[in-house]
Amino acid sequence: MFMDFLWAFVIGGTLCLIGQLLIDLTKLNPARILVTFVVAGVLLGGVGLYKPLVDFAGAGATVPLTGFGYLLSEGVQKAVGEKGLLGIFTGGFTAAASGIAAVVVFALIVAMLFKRGDKMT
Amino acid sequence: MKITNQEYNEMLKASSPNTKLHMTLPKAFIIGGFICVIGEVFLKLYERYGAGRETAAMLTSITLIAVSAILTGFKLYDKIAKHAGAGTIVPITGFANAVVAPALEFKTEGFILGVGAKMFIIAGPVIVYGIAASVFYGLIYYISGTVPV
Repeated sequence: MFMDFLWAFVIGGTLCLIGQLLIDLTKLNPARILVTFVVAGVLLGGVGLYKPLVDFAGAGATVPLTGFGYLLSEGVQKAVGEKGLLGIFTGGFTAAASGIAAVVVFALIVAMLFKRGDKMT
Repeated sequence: MKITNQEYNEMLKASSPNTKLHMTLPKAFIIGGFICVIGEVFLKLYERYGAGRETAAMLTSITLIAVSAILTGFKLYDKIAKHAGAGTIVPITGFANAVVAPALEFKTEGFILGVGAKMFIIAGPVIVYGIAASVFYGLIYYISGTVPV
């Protein structure tokens, strides 16, 4: 149990450290980091390298945005298996549906409830 | 005063604050790792209440998105992000922040072209290239499945 948390911390932290290296050493801004991590997740998921990391590190691999990319690749694999050719187009959005819907709805709620300058203090 | 491009780049480098790797890297590692540990707590919680591994992971993402949205509303996420750099950008909470922050910021431009449009200013590219990569991969997966190599 404790080891699960430790590995989630180490692997999740390492993925963020790679992101920080990209920010500091290259000209990648946050938007580009997010795009890079999602696409990297799709590719790593596609070649079968990311699943072992998810099995090993749990949330340490699924919480960083590479995990979102991995989810897309898994979704496509499953959809192609079930629907064939059509699955190529449905798999990604099907897998991403809950995340995108959640982020859109919560953004809308926050935009309605909060003012631009709201602060906790 | 006239300066060449090279001189300008050197001046920029000297005044640029984010080159202190010994400061930025540990912070990104620790805060990013900590967010993932919180994710692991929710993952275990949902699994304990009977969710399968995949469902638990999705519920965890939704939970973290909700928490990040609230923290962004109170401007607390940006406060943490100032110190954490990629530690708060790379996790799914950073993605949520990148959607919620512009949604709130552009509220003054109305709910259609302000909130509705601007919330995708960063999420848009992420979805475009994520989905494009998944279709590209799906095509390869489909062909490699039907054509014996």
